[in-house]
Amino acid sequence: MAAADTSQPVAKAAGENLTRGRSRGRLRRALGTHWYAWTMVAPVVLVLGVIIGWPLVRGIYLSLTDANERNVGRTIGANHIEATYEFIGLDNYTAVLGDPVFQQRLVWTVIWTVACVSITFTLGLVLANMLNRSFKGRGFYRMALILPWAVPGFVSVFAWRFLFNRDNGILNKILEGGGIAGVPWLDDPTWAKFAVITVNVWLGVPFMMVALLGGLQSIPGELYEAAEMDGASAWQRFRHITLPGLRAVSMTVILLSTIWTFNMFPVIFLLTRGGPGDATEILVTQAFREAFVESPRDFAGSATWGVLILLLLMMFALVYRRSLRKQGEMW
Amino acid sequence: MRRGIAATALIAALALAATACGGDDKDAGGDTKAGGELSGTVTWWDTSGDAEKATFKKIAEAFTAKHPKVTVKYVNVPYGDAQNKVKNAFSSGSDAPDVIRADVGWVADFASLGYLDEVPAETAKKVDAEFLKQAAASGKYEGKTYAVPQVIDTLGLFYNKKMLADAGVQPPKTLEELKTAAAAIKAKTGKTGLYLRGDDSYWALPYLYGEGGDMVDAKTKTVTIDNAAGVKAFKAARDLVTSGAATTNATDGFTNMQAAFKSGEVAMMVNGPWAVADTYAGEQFKDKANLGVAAVPAGSAGQGAPQGGHDLAVYAGSKNRTAAHAFVEYLTSQEVQVQTTKELSLLPTRTAAYEQPDVKGNEMVTFFKPAVDKAVERAWIPENGSLFEPLKVEWTKAVTGASSPEDAAKSAGTSFRKILKGWK
Repeated sequence: MAAADTSQPVAKAAGENLTRGRSRGRLRRALGTHWYAWTMVAPVVLVLGVIIGWPLVRGIYLSLTDANERNVGRTIGANHIEATYEFIGLDNYTAVLGDPVFQQRLVWTVIWTVACVSITFTLGLVLANMLNRSFKGRGFYRMALILPWAVPGFVSVFAWRFLFNRDNGILNKILEGGGIAGVPWLDDPTWAKFAVITVNVWLGVPFMMVALLGGLQSIPGELYEAAEMDGASAWQRFRHITLPGLRAVSMTVILLSTIWTFNMFPVIFLLTRGGPGDATEILVTQAFREAFVESPRDFAGSATWGVLILLLLMMFALVYRRSLRKQGEMW
Repeated sequence: MRRGIAATALIAALALAATACGGDDKDAGGDTKAGGELSGTVTWWDTSGDAEKATFKKIAEAFTAKHPKVTVKYVNVPYGDAQNKVKNAFSSGSDAPDVIRADVGWVADFASLGYLDEVPAETAKKVDAEFLKQAAASGKYEGKTYAVPQVIDTLGLFYNKKMLADAGVQPPKTLEELKTAAAAIKAKTGKTGLYLRGDDSYWALPYLYGEGGDMVDAKTKTVTIDNAAGVKAFKAARDLVTSGAATTNATDGFTNMQAAFKSGEVAMMVNGPWAVADTYAGEQFKDKANLGVAAVPAGSAGQGAPQGGHDLAVYAGSKNRTAAHAFVEYLTSQEVQVQTTKELSLLPTRTAAYEQPDVKGNEMVTFFKPAVDKAVERAWIPENGSLFEPLKVEWTKAVTGASSPEDAAKSAGTSFRKILKGWK
């Protein structure tokens, strides 16, 4: 799965190179003038090709077969088992797409992504604006807000899991101390969804904040001074200077954040294991379940889910890019 | 004893060499020369719980005292992650353990995938002759023996004697009695009667058996989880929760259950011998006599708990198979089994071990042994372990009320048929 995600920018870059060097003459000229650049890049391209390209091709191939743990070839000690899986065309895809489970997961994955990204972005923007002013202890607040980012992801997710524990968790102890009935954070489908979104937002805000803070600091102060001279209100300044000034940064972080959230395996898997029941299962965690929870492990089925996830993200990126271009933003 | 084990190892090595000569392309076991002393490193992945692992580590390392040239590497792998971890290691071959402690439900699966080394013929004969029949059955796949049973267990109803006495009730024998008892406990002590695990489908089995159902019928290749008995089982469990007789959780069930029972928040729980050592550590059980165990409450069709336990198996790709098999033999020896009973209240798998005073006198054994004898043997099919995952999803939904018992049973059946291709 990891290979599938990261391969995307590479595929895109490759696509651009192709369009640029469409005529052979231009390609030769480019090679002639920039041969040293190509030489420098070659090892990277080679390594990426091996560690990303090959698994990707192999994954796509597997998704067109009926390979599973039982019928792939392997040698374990004295046991030699021949590969007996077969090419079955698009059967896996029709099976997955025809399964209501896929649609259910897709709907929740979209809700989860939109909710997480919009909340993270809004909070990040507010915090960045607050921290962009000069006030006492600014450095401390900046550090404190970056903390979630510094802690390894699984550690913070496990910490949250303890906080959310219905019977012994701190959150419910506090609520009960205040005379409010404890909340079944991870035991009720709706609360569990709320809980996973909360944790993901908590994890995602520092990145947004830092990126947007950088963007804010690159907006020239004169613009604000001029606007103030013209009698623009704070809101007008925010709308007409800050937001346009941040556009390039925010478009990029929203795209990145969308892709990350869409594929945010650890938060869901470690916090709820997709539960209660299967209420918080997103596409990637479902793909993991298909591949690694049942026996024999269904490699083909999992590859199918992986390819579908990749296709969805590529579609999203294309649409996103097109809409940016319409707004006159080159990205 | 020492000579005994060396002799066994010698026989095991000879047996391996014999199969190698017999035209079979199996290579003779690793770096140990037949007839020589055992040597090499044996890595053991043990899945025992937090309260048990220190004992097993000690036992494992004691093997070196008997075979100085063998280094034992003890690794504790949490039970919950073990099945996946073992599979990853076995299929990739890198850093794979030589010996694993496998849940009885995993053996057929691992064996069918070619991951396990067959038990040497001599040992296999002993397993048939000297071990409990039900335990021995779990280590077999298609007539061959792939694992030696280490412990056997089943589920029972653990109860807090004092809390039940305070409420003036007897340990309940049926679900109806359980509800009455829970109501009395609530009225007298303000605490909840039962902790019902909603996050693990193994705990669904007593309800399923209690209503006369099962997950599958392997003989007729039929999925039975979604028949009338299955639906009734889901209903019975949900009813315990809605009536207030039981409390449940969809996550962290084992931890929460142990915490609630040990601190006296709940008066009863369904659990197995593996939880005894941890339970004794609780404040309510400083006096060990306060812990009572009874058979799981019966449903409308009778009383039934699943047969469980752990087997020890050797990885087919192990470089030290001879030493590994000797290690397994040691871990399943009567001496070690008596020790684990004495220290952890686990049930031996050797028939003769039950004659030993330390085992005979163990209170948990006096309860659990008859329970194990009556326990429902599961279908030892390769898919056994896989069925618990989809069942878990539906079991959680049913007991927490996220879906109706009928819907839950039905979708569990659908998932089962997806895994068991061609079954009715």
